[in-house]
Amino acid sequence: MIQLIDIDVEYHLRGQSVPALNLVNLTVQDGEFLAIIGPSGSGKSTFLQVLGGMLSPKKGQVLFDGVSLYEKSSDQRAAFRKTNIGFVFQTFNLIPFLTAKQNVQMPLLLNRYSTANQEERASQLLSRLGLADRLEHKPSELSVGQQQRVALARMLSNDPPIIIADEPTGSLDPDTSIQILDFLKELNQEGRTVIMVTHAPDAAEAATRCVQLVDGCVNEMNIDNQRPITLAASNM
Amino acid sequence: MTLISLVKKELFERKQQLFTSFCTILLGITAIVAINSITHSSEKAVKNELERLGANVLILPKEASVQDYYSADIGTGELPEGYVKKLSASGIHGMDNLSPKLSGKVMIQSKSFILTGILPKKEINNKAIWQQSNMLNFGSALSSATCPDSTIPIGKSDEELLSQKRFIESLKKNQIFVGYEAAAALDLKKGSQLPIKDTTFDVVAILPPTGTVDDSRIFAHLHTVQQLWNKPGKINVIEVIGCCQKILDGLVPKINALLPDAKVMTVTHVVETQLKTNKMMTHISWVFFTMIVLVGGASIANFMYGNVNERKKEIGTLMAIGANSRFILKLFFAKALFLGLAGGLGGFLIGTLMAMALGPHLANISVYPMPGLLGVAMAISVSISLIASLLPARRAAKIDPSIAFREV
Repeated sequence: MIQLIDIDVEYHLRGQSVPALNLVNLTVQDGEFLAIIGPSGSGKSTFLQVLGGMLSPKKGQVLFDGVSLYEKSSDQRAAFRKTNIGFVFQTFNLIPFLTAKQNVQMPLLLNRYSTANQEERASQLLSRLGLADRLEHKPSELSVGQQQRVALARMLSNDPPIIIADEPTGSLDPDTSIQILDFLKELNQEGRTVIMVTHAPDAAEAATRCVQLVDGCVNEMNIDNQRPITLAASNM
Repeated sequence: MTLISLVKKELFERKQQLFTSFCTILLGITAIVAINSITHSSEKAVKNELERLGANVLILPKEASVQDYYSADIGTGELPEGYVKKLSASGIHGMDNLSPKLSGKVMIQSKSFILTGILPKKEINNKAIWQQSNMLNFGSALSSATCPDSTIPIGKSDEELLSQKRFIESLKKNQIFVGYEAAAALDLKKGSQLPIKDTTFDVVAILPPTGTVDDSRIFAHLHTVQQLWNKPGKINVIEVIGCCQKILDGLVPKINALLPDAKVMTVTHVVETQLKTNKMMTHISWVFFTMIVLVGGASIANFMYGNVNERKKEIGTLMAIGANSRFILKLFFAKALFLGLAGGLGGFLIGTLMAMALGPHLANISVYPMPGLLGVAMAISVSISLIASLLPARRAAKIDPSIAFREV
């Protein structure tokens, strides 16, 4: 279970403080598929960074199964991410000079897998995502959809129980978007917790739960009509 | 995939950036290796030259000149033989051999020759040992004062030593060595006998021709010659084989300070130019070393900083997926190590080849590879690379992983 308790984040720009998250409280149960929607500048990316242990909040706590993430050092948080969280980025963030297989091998290298094991697992994952014939291709030699599938394979390489996806369909065409969302659903059905930020209402429909971020505050949404369950600005 | 293969892939993928940095360090190391190889060979050439010359430091009476010495003009003052003991016990390092001599003209069969008294080395060493055991100021005997890279040849005959080095291991009181021309003029052979004044000498050997005044010399034991001329305890000159480096380091002033009544001269007209060249080359080598440290270091630091800035998102992504700061540091230091090793090895090879090709033209010497320089080149190159990468690597390790979520 993931708990965000009274999370408050501020940015300081040109001597002025700009609130990004405002006393956010949110609980995500294991195995949930949570969509976070909101307009540009609503704090979605900040929310993911705090959740991923990459941005220390001004106030509040992030608990993973009751353990406070920000009481760990930055290297301990990196180690936690390595084994527990898989990231999917909007722009895929593949390493341009590595092949598809080598990109998928990266998290395995960090987890000190032998080269043979890295190659075997990377090939299996890429095959599962329909890229068996693109193992030795570099990102620049792949289509956008194929690049996102490589990024998904990389995210899965360490078999993470939690998946954090930042606009995973933001750069994709509708058909590819559907494929990616179907795959995220499949991963959720395997028991993984999926937290996905999106500005696309269609993408949010893939989730089992939806919250809206507006001006740094969260509102629980009705998953069917994506309307706020309560109009109160208070956080849940 | 390993950390090293990851670094190699990145380096070869960004060849253009790599090429500039690599060339800077390669050229610097090449210059250092080439200059050092030529300097080393030049030093060896000077050493060989000194060896060929024999004595290179002369201790003469104040009123005598080097010309007097070379023309064997022996009427210009004397020194006490005790100076040899004084030198032996002085603790001055860098004197390979002391050879006191007393010369005078002598008429034999109505012909004029130079009779030179020479003290055999064995007797000088005995004196030194005696000094060591009898004087409080020890720790300074001749044996401890010799050059570490002694050029005294082993296994040479007395006549070879006398003609080439102008000293002799042993000589009995009634024995003489006769110069080539003198032997011809007096019709002497090894085993002949020669009366000089009231003493008859056995000819031990005829010296090979040298083309110098020594060809008309007759060498006898110093003490016998002193007796013949009634000059006990007197000499004209002490010839010294000084270590080349010690001469540069101030051997002459040290001897001057010890023997203020004597004149100390070096055979500088032959070796000075080469010694100056060596010194200049050493200075140039240091200039290049400083340049490589500054320019090479700055170039690598610039490359690394550029690399960090260009790869911020990549590094942030690596950190987001679990790389800790240590892994990022290792990534950059491995790259610096690779650059340093390649630059050091390449610089050594090119520098050595350049020195071998240019040495004969620049310094008129043959240059041979110095394998020992490989380690030095590697150490310099790797150190510069690692030190120059320190700050960029630290900056990379401190990159905020949340940059991975930014779109640009």
